[in-house]
Amino acid sequence: MPELERHSFDVLVIGAGGAGLRAAIEAREHGMRTAVLCKSLFGKAHTVMAEGGIAAAMGNVNSSDSWQVHFRDTMRGGKFLNNWRMAELHAQEAPQRVWELETYGALFDRTKDGRISQRNFGGHEYPRLAHVGDRTGLELIRTLQQKIVSLQQEDFKEFGDYEERLRVFQEFTVTDLVKDGDRIAGAFGYWRESGRFVLFEAPAVILATGGIGKSFKVTSNSWEYTGDGHALALRAGASLINMEFIQFHPTGMVWPPSVKGILVTESVRGDGGVLRNSEGKRFMFDYIPEVFKDKYADNEEEGDRWYTDQANNRRPPELLPRDEVARAINSEVKAGRGSPHGGVFLDVSTRLPAEEIRKRLPSMHHQFKELADVDITAQPMEVGPTCHYVMGGVEVDPDTGSSSVAGLYAAGEVSGGMHGSNRLGGNSLSDLLVFGRRAGAGASEYVRALEQRPAVSEDTVTEARATALKPFQQEGGENPYTLHMELQQSMNDLVGIIRRQAEMEEALQRLEKLKERAQSLTVEGHQQFNPGWHLALDLRNMLLVSECVAKAALLRTESRGGHTRDDHPSMDAEWRRKLLVCNVSGDGVTVEEKPQIPIRSDLLDLFDRTELEKYLTAEELS
Amino acid sequence: MSYQGKFRVWRGDDSGGALEDFTVEVNEGEVVLDIIHRLQATQAPDLAVRWNCKAGKCGSCSAEINGRPRLLCMTRMSVFEESETITVTPMRTFPIIRDLVTDVSFNYTKAREVPSFAPPKDLAPGEYRMQQVDVERSQEFRKCIECFLCQNTCHVVRDHEENKEAFSGPRFLMRVAELEMHPLDTADRVDQAQDDHGLGYCNITKCCSEVCPEHIHITDNALIPMKERVADRKYDPIVWLGNKLFKR
Ligand SMILES: Cc1cc2nc3c(=O)[nH]c(=O)nc-3n(C[C@H](O)[C@H](O)[C@H](O)COP(=O)(O)OP(=O)(O)OC[C@H]3O[C@@H](n4cnc5c(N)ncnc54)[C@H](O)[C@@H]3O)c2cc1C
Ligand code: SF4
Ligand code: SF4
Ligand code: FES
Repeated sequence: MPELERHSFDVLVIGAGGAGLRAAIEAREHGMRTAVLCKSLFGKAHTVMAEGGIAAAMGNVNSSDSWQVHFRDTMRGGKFLNNWRMAELHAQEAPQRVWELETYGALFDRTKDGRISQRNFGGHEYPRLAHVGDRTGLELIRTLQQKIVSLQQEDFKEFGDYEERLRVFQEFTVTDLVKDGDRIAGAFGYWRESGRFVLFEAPAVILATGGIGKSFKVTSNSWEYTGDGHALALRAGASLINMEFIQFHPTGMVWPPSVKGILVTESVRGDGGVLRNSEGKRFMFDYIPEVFKDKYADNEEEGDRWYTDQANNRRPPELLPRDEVARAINSEVKAGRGSPHGGVFLDVSTRLPAEEIRKRLPSMHHQFKELADVDITAQPMEVGPTCHYVMGGVEVDPDTGSSSVAGLYAAGEVSGGMHGSNRLGGNSLSDLLVFGRRAGAGASEYVRALEQRPAVSEDTVTEARATALKPFQQEGGENPYTLHMELQQSMNDLVGIIRRQAEMEEALQRLEKLKERAQSLTVEGHQQFNPGWHLALDLRNMLLVSECVAKAALLRTESRGGHTRDDHPSMDAEWRRKLLVCNVSGDGVTVEEKPQIPIRSDLLDLFDRTELEKYLTAEELS
Repeated sequence: MSYQGKFRVWRGDDSGGALEDFTVEVNEGEVVLDIIHRLQATQAPDLAVRWNCKAGKCGSCSAEINGRPRLLCMTRMSVFEESETITVTPMRTFPIIRDLVTDVSFNYTKAREVPSFAPPKDLAPGEYRMQQVDVERSQEFRKCIECFLCQNTCHVVRDHEENKEAFSGPRFLMRVAELEMHPLDTADRVDQAQDDHGLGYCNITKCCSEVCPEHIHITDNALIPMKERVADRKYDPIVWLGNKLFKR
């Protein structure tokens, strides 16, 4: 057996997206020796794909905006299931986090008076999204990457070594967390390039691994999104909440087949784009739910006026929260009013001059031209729902990002609570910065207060190695690609955008069988850069996380945000008070109900009583 | 709509390798990366390729298709004849790791050598004011997805290992230009570009701009203006005198 590579750090950050990089910057600035681990190259994490913008109530475009309004919008978007403390911290701190990016060198689009420009987005009352055209995620990740480089340059000046206090390990996959008794002691994984194993010893680990979309067939997510962090947390003894809530973005590409699912940014609608069915009708006017009637225009004229005069008009229904729009598109297609390739039409060509479209939506213009031969300045796009974001994740302490396991922290998409049952567009990028920073600080405080550092036992390492090598030891078993395709198909068809009891039960049966078959996964070749082997290891995580989603979805007998039950179509105020908590026991998932902490009264006072009556029980209101 | 396409894919590692022939199904609307994935799933499960977003946004999937540096995920199969044999090879300028995956650490080393943004000391976060017209020049360069195709193409380092030490390549010369043109950056970057990053090696052939998938005008908007600034400083007698008098 080759010698095991070992490293020791104070804080280990798993993930180099917005959350991970912001956490690492914070830990390093707290004086911690910090490492960042990521599956892709540095600067290519999933955050790079974010398009529309980052939500922060800076009030640059409409000075009526404030954290209170942002908080209200976030709670409404999440149908009041959100962890209200997270929503509060997020709304309060997002502007600071965005301004801070400018000091790192970010260049956002500007207003006429030279401040950061802000755009409209679904569910946000005022123009609130700081952006750079439609490539905001790229700007965010590059800025944080460059900030990390600048911290490394400081270390070079001081110590003659760029990596003295902050080091990035790229193309590295963590397969297991290691513990010392009840506490976190580090992480184990392999270099994707060589397949060699490495043990990282660290008293604090921050999970910032993003989402789970690769368990679904049609998704805007990349191969990285195999739910690794969710599964690592579960296996380490931490709990997940809200796993039944999955956001299906209303507008993914539907054609050609090989790009099905790729995102079409919501900015298209924020900037004036409208949805039409095959009859040419702007059908969203037929789908305004009762709770939103006073906020959305019920006719085209008012909706169109809103783009120039927001004070005196209600917003167009194309800008309803994502869950509403996705369901509406689904219904139109089902009713036979879809586009040729099974979507609906999203049209900006008749709404803005070609020049303006190219300027405001350059990457959408590019994407459709290159991948679908469609010129969006002249033709409508065909779009349909795509699995986009998981609201559920590691249950954390809002202020520090700490999970229930000592030394284990989580931030970004892998954490749960902030967005409740449905996330508003733009609220993820700000979430990454606000809670990435908080987790970095929380982990640093924890390490500083430790009296004794945890130790890793050799047995744990032997076991982690054996688990990782298992697919090579077997012959003639299952092909990981086949299993993955079956999993994606099952989740898509049976636990997708519209759910029914019998289908979810069927999904759970299929998952059991897949789990069994996964025991005999077999891969060919060697450990060096072997995608078949990588997938085999990822499947273990995808199966575990899919089980959480299906089990929690089966239990929640109501419809709310990213969880729609055909057999329980309405929202139930009693269910708002309950969270579903997933844990691992043996090789299966258990799900338990847990009461929500009541919303603090000064935050409740931010809403009209008539609005609260739509969400809260009579008992809570009395 | 489907047909059997002919592919030659380079397979091997740092000790050597060769082109391998494959016949594989091609469907309507697919891109080259789809075909590589189909090869992985059906014929060559350990074929190594780097990718992430599959939407031209992350710059991971750079390779050479029929000798042209391109993103695998943004090259549609429909640009080729059905009868054509399509050759896919790794980027040539960087050391091979395996199959289509190269060691691009050269680029990360060069990135680290560009001094970072130097913010104005007298402005607090939230006080930055910049006009759109003034940020647009640097914004163009910040569209870069770091696919390193320009680095791979530039003849100064392609097949010239010996120049890698002194020359940062178009991507990072452009980064220097980006900071130089940032309305609030306080550092002086003109001499750096020439002395530390090898701007002088560039003879403005524009090959880098031609392969850039983001269509950034690297040569026209970044490299040539930087060269002009260097030249102004060198031959401007007042600047020259000032430099003489106030040199540390
Ligand atoms: C197409 C698209 C557009 C979007 N647009 C917007 C938008 O406009 N506004 C907005 O607010 N949100 C948007 N989102 C959502 C937002 O981009 C994501 O939720 C967010 O970027 C997630 O960031 P993160 O830091 O949590 O994780 P990521 O950026 O996904 O990073 C995860 C990191 O973890 C690493 N990792 C994972 N598993 C392991 C492992 N086992 N070992 C080692 N490393 C691991 C990965 O390599 C990666 O570095 C969009 C999402 C998509 C898909
Ligand atoms: S223009 Fe300069 S940097 Fe670009 S390829 Fe030519 S020599 Fe290289
Ligand atoms: S400048 Fe263009 S070609 Fe060069 S790395 Fe950036 S995106 Fe790629
Ligand atoms: S996979 Fe991201 S650019 Fe091709």
